[in-house]
Amino acid sequence: MKSGLFGFLFAMWVLILVGGGIVVTILGPISVSGFGELDFFLGSVIKAIVAIILVVIWILILSKLKNLIFKKEIKS
Amino acid sequence: MIELILPAVASCIVAFFVVFVMIPPLIKFLGKRNLAVKDVNKKEDVMVVRPGGPSIIVGIIASEIVLYAFLQLNEILAIIITTSAAFVIGYVDDKKVMSGWFKPVALAFAAIPIIALGVYDSNLVFPLFGTVQIPVLYLALIVFMIPITGNTINSIDVLNGVASGFMVIASFSLSICLFIVQNYEIAIVSLPLGFVSLAFYKYHKVPSKIFPGDSGALTFGAMYGTIAIVGGVEILAAVALLPAVINSFLFLSSVKRIVEHREVKGKPVEHTDDFLLKATDEKTAPITLVRLILAGGPLSEKQVGFTIFKLAIFSGILAIITAFMMGVSL
Repeated sequence: MKSGLFGFLFAMWVLILVGGGIVVTILGPISVSGFGELDFFLGSVIKAIVAIILVVIWILILSKLKNLIFKKEIKS
Repeated sequence: MIELILPAVASCIVAFFVVFVMIPPLIKFLGKRNLAVKDVNKKEDVMVVRPGGPSIIVGIIASEIVLYAFLQLNEILAIIITTSAAFVIGYVDDKKVMSGWFKPVALAFAAIPIIALGVYDSNLVFPLFGTVQIPVLYLALIVFMIPITGNTINSIDVLNGVASGFMVIASFSLSICLFIVQNYEIAIVSLPLGFVSLAFYKYHKVPSKIFPGDSGALTFGAMYGTIAIVGGVEILAAVALLPAVINSFLFLSSVKRIVEHREVKGKPVEHTDDFLLKATDEKTAPITLVRLILAGGPLSEKQVGFTIFKLAIFSGILAIITAFMMGVSL
């Protein structure tokens, strides 16, 4: 079990690194133009929506990983 | 860098000795007023006083005032105000049982001084990939960060010495990370958290003489979260905190709602005849870090605590590796 926990920790760390890459690649370049003073606000709203979607995906992947690593313990 | 050595040494001495000296009279004071709870993991009827939060907050405020006298940084003021607010929130919860939502919502308000004092950088720095600018989203991150770190440390405060011992490892890892990314001033500002935790651990380790209570655990967590924000090391702080994050994640994903531990029906852990800790088979019980550690078989409270410390050291090493990766760009 202990090795499973260390494995889960390591998997979370890798997911953070990969997630960071995705955030920088996807969120970073998002900008909106053509709406005047609303450009900044709209850009922020889109960034917030994309960030929430990414976090939800991150949690879902983590949930699957949890079920995979701790299958036996969670069932008992 | 050299001019920071004196404030660093002075604040660390103050942080450690204020807590170390204050706890024995606090134990007597709380004992006289019968402010004690049963230590459920002991065979005999052992009563342990709580909350130890007042000694923790006094240690933090005293050491940060010493640092402020030398450095005059707004970041220190933000740490003092936000951490004090978290202490008050925890103290209210220690005195009166509040609903599951009280702490997260109140802690979100405790984060406001960080925004008001403007002691944050809205650029979120990731290892290997660089920086992303999220000015508005970052404000939401600040408001979420303090409740998350506060409640995460609170949720791991389940066995003798675990919350304070875990905090020693996580906070010193974070301080090392801050030195690696060359944020020397905040690195020094972060050191008192480790020394306060270390002094508290002396009395909190197995067998505990005092429990931190919600006031102590939330104070630890809120200060850790504030340091992460003012130091611009949110990702590194999250990595160093991973075992506690896993505990909260497992708990929330099995209970599927924000709820106080005392409101949960099933018990995740029970005792064997010789009073070792053992995972239960209850279907309604939440999955927790301790329950998973015990899935391999019964262990003593001390053994479970040391397993959590090993996980904390592992995640601390991952955080330090990540800090080195901050300087590398793909």
